Amino acid sequence: MTRVAVVVFPGTNCEHDTVHAFRSLGADAELVWHRQDTLDGFDAVVLPGGFAHGDYLRTGAIARLAPVMGPVAGMARAGRPVLGICNGFQILCEAGLLPGALIANSGLAFLCRWVEVEVISDRSVLTSLARPGQVLRIPLNSYEGNYVDPSLSGRVVMRYVDTPNGSQGGAAAVTNLDGNVVGVMPHPERGSDELLGSADGLILLEGFLASARVGAGV
Amino acid sequence: MKARIEIVRRPEIADPEGITVVRALHDLGFGEVTSARFDRVISLEVEGMSTEAVTARVEDMCRQLLANPVLEDFRVVIDP
Repeated sequence: MTRVAVVVFPGTNCEHDTVHAFRSLGADAELVWHRQDTLDGFDAVVLPGGFAHGDYLRTGAIARLAPVMGPVAGMARAGRPVLGICNGFQILCEAGLLPGALIANSGLAFLCRWVEVEVISDRSVLTSLARPGQVLRIPLNSYEGNYVDPSLSGRVVMRYVDTPNGSQGGAAAVTNLDGNVVGVMPHPERGSDELLGSADGLILLEGFLASARVGAGV
Repeated sequence: MKARIEIVRRPEIADPEGITVVRALHDLGFGEVTSARFDRVISLEVEGMSTEAVTARVEDMCRQLLANPVLEDFRVVIDP
């Protein structure tokens, strides 16, 4: 069974949704406290949403120093699937595992609503089962979701149909060159059941698990 | 010693807070304002003998944690 670590920092608040969504897809998803310094036995790791360390200093700035981030970087280097959702995306950027950074939304509003995102590329662990051009409806829930990447080295794998937050290139999800580390600002786990209003996020989580099963990026 | 760290967002990075405040100042009749940038100041108290050594250490802190190299530049001023 595919084993997915879901990391919990002080202030993380989407960990149970994330575990539930992955378990509903047949994976063995487990919570891992941020002070743990090993991820041995896990095939993939997810940094879920929330407000790690209260977003003090900058979003993700303190979280990226946690002991668990060493093994997270190790999995990234080894080509294993690494996913950051919302606050997790911010942490991956602060950790240097993804290029760029996330700043306040251009309209300075905390955006909590459904958005449509278009899949641009299937060459990432998150979008591996999705079709380029496919439009997915999933919830956005963030204040600092405005992606900036002066280096232009991040590969956008999903973009907003109608960018609500000023994100560069409309980026909703960004990957590294190898496609195994992905940051996504909207929450696929919150759109993983028709009961929640949409199950469009499932194809993303299924793609992530499929990548974890083959044990490498795409 | 006291170390004053000024963290300044790079000119090419948008400052949504600054843009919003310029708009509000214009609404109040301060049309002469053309830009607002929200820089940050962090004040540290540091034990150390020489200004040079403390400056080097604090600059290292900025690079490792206090500033985000993608978005920000920093300047350290030591008050012995």
